[in-house]
Amino acid sequence: MRHPSNGPRQTYTSTSAAEDRAGCNERLTGGCLDVSTDLLAQKYRADFPILEQRVNGHPLVYLDNAASTQHPMCVIDEIARYYREDHANVHRGIHELSSRATRLYEDARAQIARFIGAESQDSIIFTRGTTEGINLVATAWGSARLRPGDVILITEMEHHANLIPWQILARRTGALLQYLPVQGDEGSIDWSLLERRLQEAPVRILAFTHISNVLACLNPANEICAIARKNGVLTLVDAAQSAGHAPINVQEIGCDFLVFSGHKCCGPTGIGVLYGNRAILADMEPYQFGGEMISRVTYETAEWKEGPHRFEAGTPHIAGAIGLAAALAYLDGVGRRAIQSTDHRLGQIGYQKLSTLPGIRILGPRNDRAGLVSFQLGRIHAHDLVAYANEFGIALRGGHHCAQPLMRKLGLQATARASFYFYNRESEIDRLIEVMQTSIRYFGV
Amino acid sequence: MEIDELYQTIILDHSKRPRNFGELPPPAAKGEGYNPACGDEVVVFIARSPEGKIEQAKFVGQACAICMASTSLMTTRLKGKTTAEALDLKRAFIDFLTKDAPPAEGLGNLQAFGGVKKFPLRLKCATLGWHALQTALNGEGHKRL
Repeated sequence: MRHPSNGPRQTYTSTSAAEDRAGCNERLTGGCLDVSTDLLAQKYRADFPILEQRVNGHPLVYLDNAASTQHPMCVIDEIARYYREDHANVHRGIHELSSRATRLYEDARAQIARFIGAESQDSIIFTRGTTEGINLVATAWGSARLRPGDVILITEMEHHANLIPWQILARRTGALLQYLPVQGDEGSIDWSLLERRLQEAPVRILAFTHISNVLACLNPANEICAIARKNGVLTLVDAAQSAGHAPINVQEIGCDFLVFSGHKCCGPTGIGVLYGNRAILADMEPYQFGGEMISRVTYETAEWKEGPHRFEAGTPHIAGAIGLAAALAYLDGVGRRAIQSTDHRLGQIGYQKLSTLPGIRILGPRNDRAGLVSFQLGRIHAHDLVAYANEFGIALRGGHHCAQPLMRKLGLQATARASFYFYNRESEIDRLIEVMQTSIRYFGV
Repeated sequence: MEIDELYQTIILDHSKRPRNFGELPPPAAKGEGYNPACGDEVVVFIARSPEGKIEQAKFVGQACAICMASTSLMTTRLKGKTTAEALDLKRAFIDFLTKDAPPAEGLGNLQAFGGVKKFPLRLKCATLGWHALQTALNGEGHKRL
């Protein structure tokens, strides 16, 4: 794995080097070192060559990071290097390339365990992404355990990936799917009611998002999981929006399962992680069947491997796992606390500046928000707004953000969403605001 | 700007001030169109004379500018048409957006949507109202894209 500081740094001409220099003045506020918003962009943006291009004649402003982040050169290089030098199928291979590939794949597992503070690499299962991780738990844990009348508890702000697997599981087992309600445009959840909910109903599992991909709110995972554990309820944390943006330690959080996707933290698509409490994993049936996960097969019967391999049927996404490990090493090199504070600051600045636009409705909390802002601008439809922004090189996302029930509850069909990452600059938010202002004139509403 | 090809003046005009916006009571035929990709919804109402000619076309819905304008313009083009003629116009419009052939005769101001060809992701926006129209004319009630 290459560390960002000694990784291949290519020189790209920054479109706003002057702004970078202007923005790098550190200042002291309240006794704390308050570094500039652009400090990380200034240091690391050049690692992301994709960002230095023009779209429709304008410098690309990439604000769709909640959907997928971009890749630093060291990740792209490591994947290419693996394919160039070390690729073969993993496990069972006696030859040199297979043993190299196996070592890299299992090293990646160990590194991911360290990245999220897992007690062992045996608690790390490679998946295709967050969605598959949740489906795996719902199927392999839920199908065999839930009885009619048992309760699955989730929140009203969940992404479809953390909603539909539970709907289907409830339908299959006769369990009940219940929701913790969100309130108002801020979409806050009154977590003080959680303990009573857990005591009143036979809740078996509580699944919730760490950071909402629509509302940008931060759910207090440590406190939530402590209450659940005290009441004998398993927990699943959807960390799709947090794993690449904040320090994550599953032992501090105290969750039983945690899932995330590689491509939302500078890694490749098609690879993700399911962390599971080892004792619970050991008691779970496999999710899919085939190569890689079996230990002994006859024409009549089969036995499964122990540990994470039981849940990894078929040849895994080896290059994806290796690329993800390179990405996480890169993020550690940048510093996850620095990434977190930069993202949050960009989110706060985005919120403040967008809120000056006439007729804007912004979802989620005013303060303590993650680095994304969902909004509706007057009566302009989100897709028109996103098409208009694209004309000026700005990448936004518009739609229901795979959270249709939440949007319906908020009385919305679709919103536009700007989502930030540490390589974004404050000047890109200013550009967004300018273009949103002219869009109001263009669509005339 | 290239986007002006998509959002032609007539399209922006119809999206801001949709014509024939509203419902028609039964026995007018009703057809719903829903695009799950974006949540856009339109409902088209068609009143026909005893001879089967369209007397009135109205619609309601919440959708993007392209979809609103396309449905609004559509409603202005249907009066006096038979079901077959209305479906011919639908076919000509969709062919115009999806095929390289020159626009069919009689397309008229619907050619304003030619910019959609450069934005294939917006094709469904431009055609949702037309699918709802077909649903209404065929008496199917609901069309999901």
